[in-house]
Amino acid sequence: MGITIAILLGFICAMIQYYKVPILKRVVSVYIELSRNTPLLVQLFFIYYGLPKIGIQTNAEICGIAGLAFLGGSYMAEAFRSGLEAVDSIQTESALSLGMSNYQTMAYVVLPQAISVSIPAFMANIIFLMKETSVFSAISLMDLMFTAKDLIGLYYKTTESLFLLVVFYLIILLPISILGSLLERRLRHAGFGS
Amino acid sequence: MAEPILALKNVTKHFGENTVLDDIDLSVHQGEVIVIVGPSGCGKSTLLRCVNALEPIQGGEIYLNDEKIDIKSKKLANLRQKIGMVFQSYELFPHLTVLENIVLAPTKVQKRKKEEVQQEALALLGRVGLLGKEGSYARQLSGGQKQRVAIVRALCMHPEILLFDEVTAALDPEMVREVLDVMLNLAAQGRTMIIVTHEMQFAKAVADRIIFLDGGKVLEDTKPEVFFEAPKTERARQFLSMFEFNVVKSQVEKVSS
Repeated sequence: MGITIAILLGFICAMIQYYKVPILKRVVSVYIELSRNTPLLVQLFFIYYGLPKIGIQTNAEICGIAGLAFLGGSYMAEAFRSGLEAVDSIQTESALSLGMSNYQTMAYVVLPQAISVSIPAFMANIIFLMKETSVFSAISLMDLMFTAKDLIGLYYKTTESLFLLVVFYLIILLPISILGSLLERRLRHAGFGS
Repeated sequence: MAEPILALKNVTKHFGENTVLDDIDLSVHQGEVIVIVGPSGCGKSTLLRCVNALEPIQGGEIYLNDEKIDIKSKKLANLRQKIGMVFQSYELFPHLTVLENIVLAPTKVQKRKKEEVQQEALALLGRVGLLGKEGSYARQLSGGQKQRVAIVRALCMHPEILLFDEVTAALDPEMVREVLDVMLNLAAQGRTMIIVTHEMQFAKAVADRIIFLDGGKVLEDTKPEVFFEAPKTERARQFLSMFEFNVVKSQVEKVSS
């Protein structure tokens, strides 16, 4: 959920930067710097303890999603942006010279190429965000780490619990990682190197 | 004489302090083949890019069939459909097959039926000797093949005028010919074309008119026989002499003796 919002947020930010939308462009770059240069834990505390102070009631889960989206959005934006920048501007000109509108040029020519360039960074970000969920335990959200600590508290089986923790993270993340490299290979086969 | 298809009136273009096009007047009539030659940096390519409104102009006007080409115009995409452009670096879309490259704009922009456009595309590919390549991706083709596909892609939009921007400059010598042959064929069909090239033999063979551009000015606008045999300006003579190898040879002999 948080990651999905992060992808959307990142996409919108990248588009704003690509088209150099006035004012919004500034807002986006401030956001990106702010979110990339502060740790997730700090961002979470900010949302979890800060928002209620200004009268916004939240729960741990919403805070988790918001924190992940806030952090992930900027990383995703950078991934998309590098993809968009990798498409040569003369490709755009070539599409325009065929009478395509700006929207058509983006949808049929630039975006498909940009996405296949940004896939590696994109998958790396997803994995990075999944791992970052381990700090959620700090705001008492039931993530893997929190559960593991819980179990250690209950049964005093520290070694076993921590070992299982590693195994579970691998079970969740390895398939995503493998899917990522498969996708990357297919896209590389289908495009580029003109 | 009939109204020109394309008319440039006092077109001026600057890049910063640099004047790249200086008060250019040019009219192109139906079926004419215009070849633009000149030393590099003289504004040849920029001229083509201005016609297609890929570059803004700072002065003058460009008309296609009495419609003004304006980079801010809402109808710009409409006008661009009538102007086919082929680039030096081919610019096929690498994520699409040859056939998809050709069919994309006619179906999306002109909303024509896919089957109809595909048939036309295949027929055109056949004419340029590329039947059987429709499923390939750009990176599987040679430079000459890519450029022929790019020409077909432009043709499939049924443009009224074709612009060629040094389309053979990036090709190996043996591939230059196959692309030039396609262009000679188009000229023979009575297509209206503006060609920027460094291939002087080809220019002589294909042109109805030669435009010699230097320092952003049209220095000569004349028939190829006149331009190649008896150019009026000293600059044109100097330019042409660079393509004369016996001149070079005599200079080499002079230096060595």
